[in-house]
Amino acid sequence: MTTVRPSFGTVVEPHLPWLYSLARRLVGDPDDAEDLVQRCLLKAFRSYDRLRDVEALPAWIKQILVNCCRDYFRREGRAPDEEPLGELEGYSLYRTLAVEDPLPYSDSLHLDFLASFTTEDVWAVLDRLKGLHRIPLVLVHMEGYATEEVADMLDVPQNTVLSRLHRGRKYFERELWAYAEDQDLLREPQGASR
Amino acid sequence: MISCSQAVEQLWEYLEQELDEIRRAEVEQHLAFCRRCCGELEFARELRGFLSDAARPQLPADVEGRLTSFLDHLEDPSTDPDGSTTDATTTDGTTSTTQGDRP
Repeated sequence: MTTVRPSFGTVVEPHLPWLYSLARRLVGDPDDAEDLVQRCLLKAFRSYDRLRDVEALPAWIKQILVNCCRDYFRREGRAPDEEPLGELEGYSLYRTLAVEDPLPYSDSLHLDFLASFTTEDVWAVLDRLKGLHRIPLVLVHMEGYATEEVADMLDVPQNTVLSRLHRGRKYFERELWAYAEDQDLLREPQGASR
Repeated sequence: MISCSQAVEQLWEYLEQELDEIRRAEVEQHLAFCRRCCGELEFARELRGFLSDAARPQLPADVEGRLTSFLDHLEDPSTDPDGSTTDATTTDGTTSTTQGDRP
């Protein structure tokens, strides 16, 4: 008896919310994220007949999305060379907060600093990172993948992922502080509306 | 014993349990004696949670509408990507053979 394969749209549509949210986390800009998802859907549609097990669709289409994301950064010329971290190597947001003491009345300075960021602020900070560093940071620390899995997804050695993660975290810490200063996040008392 | 900068550099890997036995022991030995680096470790733990707990961007209704229409268009090219039906000849995009991605 021949099994009727469900239509592509039927199996993919329930996954649109997380596909979009992943795209949004990876590339930042909402329009670019939507475009990325469309590219992903087109590629997946063209390969759907070759997907042997429809149950494997989530992992399969996520891989397609990540591949499209890599193409996106290459096409947009956003594949920067790996520059030495230089002074950033020794940067510590923990130390910066302790020295600058931006919340002098706080009993839990570091927690209160992080609490001053909304979700939109976090995305804005992530958007300041180059794709080379944002992608592994999102995949490991937001999507929960192991570095070995990310290495496989990005088709690079695991050590490369670890190196990009290390840099990404440094840039992320630095940009958290820079963003907080730029946006005056620490100017108002805790609890005041923004 | 390793220095503070050496310990701090490895804290995230330590939290991710990605250090080998020797390096993990070195970090733990340092943390046993260095209060400042214990603070760094705690902040790294908070920052990890900060990232992992960041809410997922929601799919806006208008974007969902466009993506759903796009799916309809892929399966029925006589449908415009905006969802309306046209008499236009089907466009290419449904029969070409491309290199698929790894499942």
